[in-house]
Formats: sequence, structure tokens, C-alpha cells
Amino acid sequence: MAYALQQLINGVTLGMIYGLIAVGYTMVYGIIGMINFAHGDIFMVGAFLSLIAIVGLGMLGITSVPLALIVTLLFAAGIAALYGWAVERIAYRPLRGSFRLAPLISAIGMSIVLQNFVQVSQGARVKPMPQMIPGGVTLLSSDGFAVQLSWMQIAIVITTLILLAAFTWLVTRTPLGRSMRACEQDLKMAGLLGIDTDRTISLTFVIGAALAAVAGLMFLLYYGVIDFFIGFIAGVKAFTAAVLGGIGSLPGAVLGGLAIGLIETFWSAYFSVQYKDVAAFSILVLVLIFMPTGLLGRADIEKV
Amino acid sequence: MTALLSLSGVTAFYGAIQALKGVELNVNPGEIVTLIGANGAGKSTLMMTICGNPRARDGRIVYDGADITRVPTHEIMRQGIAQSPEGRRIFPRMSVYENLLMGAHGRDGGEAAETMEQVFALFPRLKERTAQRGGTLSGGEQQMLAIGRALMSRPRLLLLDEPSLGLAPLVVRQIFGAIRDLNRSTGLTVLLVEQNAFQALRLAHRGYVLVNGAITMAGAAADLLARPEIRAAYLEGGH
Ligand SMILES: Nc1ncnc2c1ncn2[C@@H]1O[C@H](COP(=O)(O)OP(=O)(O)OP(=O)(O)O)[C@@H](O)[C@H]1O
Ligand SMILES: [Mg+2]
Repeated sequence: MAYALQQLINGVTLGMIYGLIAVGYTMVYGIIGMINFAHGDIFMVGAFLSLIAIVGLGMLGITSVPLALIVTLLFAAGIAALYGWAVERIAYRPLRGSFRLAPLISAIGMSIVLQNFVQVSQGARVKPMPQMIPGGVTLLSSDGFAVQLSWMQIAIVITTLILLAAFTWLVTRTPLGRSMRACEQDLKMAGLLGIDTDRTISLTFVIGAALAAVAGLMFLLYYGVIDFFIGFIAGVKAFTAAVLGGIGSLPGAVLGGLAIGLIETFWSAYFSVQYKDVAAFSILVLVLIFMPTGLLGRADIEKV
Repeated sequence: MTALLSLSGVTAFYGAIQALKGVELNVNPGEIVTLIGANGAGKSTLMMTICGNPRARDGRIVYDGADITRVPTHEIMRQGIAQSPEGRRIFPRMSVYENLLMGAHGRDGGEAAETMEQVFALFPRLKERTAQRGGTLSGGEQQMLAIGRALMSRPRLLLLDEPSLGLAPLVVRQIFGAIRDLNRSTGLTVLLVEQNAFQALRLAHRGYVLVNGAITMAGAAADLLARPEIRAAYLEGGH
């Protein structure tokens, strides 16, 4: 029982990270009907930017952990947002209106470019990082097993919830959010109403990239190691989360993220750690075959 | 009088298919002008080309003295042109209220609220349904919403593409009455595409006939109504 509770806590934490990445997939899909395969790599770039910022701040002698984390978060989210903007400008916008597969191929190309760029500039070796938020509370212990809730986990869950709440408010209540939804529902009509559709699409990439970068920072802090390949694995899982939740649906992305995080954690705990990635990939295949519209997806989506 | 909108030698293509073949057309301030033509003549294309989507390949489109031929669509639409397009294009997963707000995109909130009241006065039915999702409205209600949304930007030039499509005669009369009232009371300039050529010509001051992407006839609406070739081609059985 205690062991299962521990897995639940770990799974929810991981699910939050996936959910935050999945939001970017789902938003971009919603607005231009395309899977942004470079999104996982933006997450990876965000993790590296975080590492660079943390090391840099350490060298500057900044010892306050909260201050260092906030500066790191803003730095990583800001620069990753620029990457997201550039990816859209370079790889997708010139192909808008061309045949279906073109932006998809371009997306995969962009993903390879980002991976290789980080591999060359940061090295291929795994980067370790000292723990920044140590400690936690012991919730209960039974049968000699203590259920731990770390401060790190609390920080991840709270940060994610705040970001998701802010993002939901943006989408549902602000003129920018309304423009994003208008573009998502009818791009041509949005233009006819005076909405700058190119700018709205750019901002969608920018926001998605910033959220992915925050997920990258959390991943770095939570696992303590990163390499240039984490974007691919986490990307596929977050993509699975988005599809599972119903691609195009915002609550679906978060729900899907939680589901994938929990499945992966329980799978590792009770079956096999080596095959934990297989679990996520298998779910992707199963969902695509049996439930292509996902949990909260709309039946009227026929894109892709 | 200088025209509010003038097209000269405008062509437009879909890939290799030429949909407009050198269109010449003027709309003067305060006028209701109707564009009639058979299915596939290029009427909707002409309406969309004015808005830059598809973009005119040759020719010139001048609005309010400025060349808008190469201006981005969203900037054209911010200069006082609004379109209620073919097929209505209501945002299906937005409420009636939000659909109307989208029409006032980039405008001051107080002004938008005021305009919305005017739209509600015109179409009281929309007021009863502000919270309903656009996609669940009936066809007639969607048409009212599409026109209302276009009016939300307080346009000087309103482009209406088949506002009567699929509507009951009573609703059509109501919508045409609303257009006439707006034109008389506010001087709103209207370019109207209609299947129902008879009603359109009775409402409009002038009319153009579009055949295969080119204007073949133009004149005062009453004159066009009287021409036998128009009667034969577009008014058979029309009332
Ligand atoms: N997106 C498109 N791609 C390719 N061809 C198109 C497209 N839209 C319209 N066309 C073609 O352009 C021509 C003009 O179409 P348009 O919709 O402008 O006609 P219309 O006069 O509005 O007809 P209707 O009365 O049926 O609405 C038609 O031959 C049509 O098939
Ligand atoms: Mg048409």
C-alpha cells in the first residue's frame, strides 16, 4: 500500500512534466493541424539552457536557491521561446499551404538539427547536476517502507498547476486567447476579421516552447542528469499524452500527461524499469488504433 | 463621385485555374451594389480577392483612395471592410457572444459593447442566445450571427456573400430589410452577392453580372431587372 502510494506521488510528478510538454503539441496541432516534431527538442534545449543558467549563476556567486531558480526559469523560457519562434519561421511558415507531408518532414529535420546542435555545442556526454532542492517530508511509513514527498515534487506540481491555470485563463479570457481559438477553428475567417494569423501562430509556438522549457528545467532538477537525446524520448511520451487526451484538447493534454506519467511509473515499479519506455510507445500504438480521438478529443477532427 | 471601392483588371487563380479574368467593378459610397452570376462564375472568389485571399495576380484594387492590392488580409479588414462570407463560417466552438466579440477584434471594449447592442436590436434572436455555441445555432441564426459579426467592426463597406442561402422567405425578408435600413440610416455601403437575383436587384441601386470570371453587364438595378436576357438567365421562376 505504502509502496503504491509512493508510486502515485512519483507518477503524478512525472505526469505534470509530460502534461506541460503535451500542451505545446496540442496547441500547435489545434492551430495549424501539424505535429511539431521539434517540440520535444525545444524541451531538451530548455533543459540545457537551465543547466547553463544554473552553472552561470553559481559562478556569479548567487547562493539564494529561489532567486537562482526564478532567474533560470525566466532565462530558459525566454530563450526557448525564441527557439520556438525561429523553428516556426524557418521550418514551417515557408511551407504553409504546400502539401501535407512537407511541414512534417521539415519538422523532423528541425528536430535533428536541434539535437545535433546541442550535441556539438554541449557535448554528447550526460550532464550531471547537484541537487538544488533537497529534502522533503515523510508522509507515512509501514512495513519498513517510508512514503516520501520531496520538496522538489511539491515545487514541480505547484509550478505546473500555476502555469496551467495562467495558460487556461489566457486561452479562455484574453483577446489573444480568443484569437488563438479563432485561428484554430477557422484560420481563413480569423484573417477576415482582422486577426494577424501569422502572428497568432507565432505566439502559439512561443508560448508552447516556453512551457516546454519550464518542463525541461523541472526534468533537470528532478532527474539531475540530461543529455541531447532526452527530447526525443520525452517528446514521444508527451505526444502520446496529447493523443491519449485527444489532440487539440487542452485539458486532454494534462489528463493524458498524468495518465502516461502514472502508467510509466507503475510499470517501472511493478514490472520492468528497462522496458518503461516500451509502455508509453505501446499505448501510443493502441490509442491510435482503437481510440484515435483520445479521451477528450472531438470526433470532428479529420486532419492528419 | 470617387468610388469607395474600385477594381480594375483584377485576375485571380486557384493553382492553374483562372477564376477571375480581368474584373472591372466600382462601388460608390452609400450604394448597395449587387453581383449576380451562375454557380461557379467567381462571385465568392471576387469577394475574397477584395480581402486579399486569394490575392489578385494582376490588376488593381483601390479602397478609399488607397491601393490595397498587396496589403495583408488582416490589415485590409482593419480599414473598414467587413465580410460575411459564403458558408457563414461561424466559429462553432465559441459562444454567440464570443463570435460577435471576434467581429470587434482589436477594438475598444466599450465601443464593442455598444455596437453589440445595435446588433441585438437588429437581430433580437441573437440576444436570447448569447451563451449558445455557434455550431449549435440553426442555419438562419448562424446567418444572422455572420452578418452581426461583420457589423461588429462598424464597417464602411460590407461584403455579403449569399446572406439568404438556405433561409425561410420570412427570414430573408427580415435580413434584406435590415440591410436596407442600415444603408439608409447609416450610409453603409454594401456589395451583395445573391442567388436570388430578383430580390437582390430590387434591393440594390446597381448591379453587375459576372460570367465565367468576367463582368459582362452592368447598370442600374431597375434597368437590369427589365432586360430580357437577365430575366431569362437569372430570374426564371424568381420572385
Ligand atoms: N479553393 C478553391 N480551389 C480550387 N478551385 C476553386 C476554389 N474555390 C473556387 N474554385 C473554383 O473557382 C471557380 C469560381 O468559384 P466561386 O466559388 O468563386 O463561384 P461562385 O460564383 O461563388 O459560385 P456559387 O454561386 O456556387 O457560390 C469555380 O470554378 C470553382 O470551382
Ligand atoms: Mg459563391
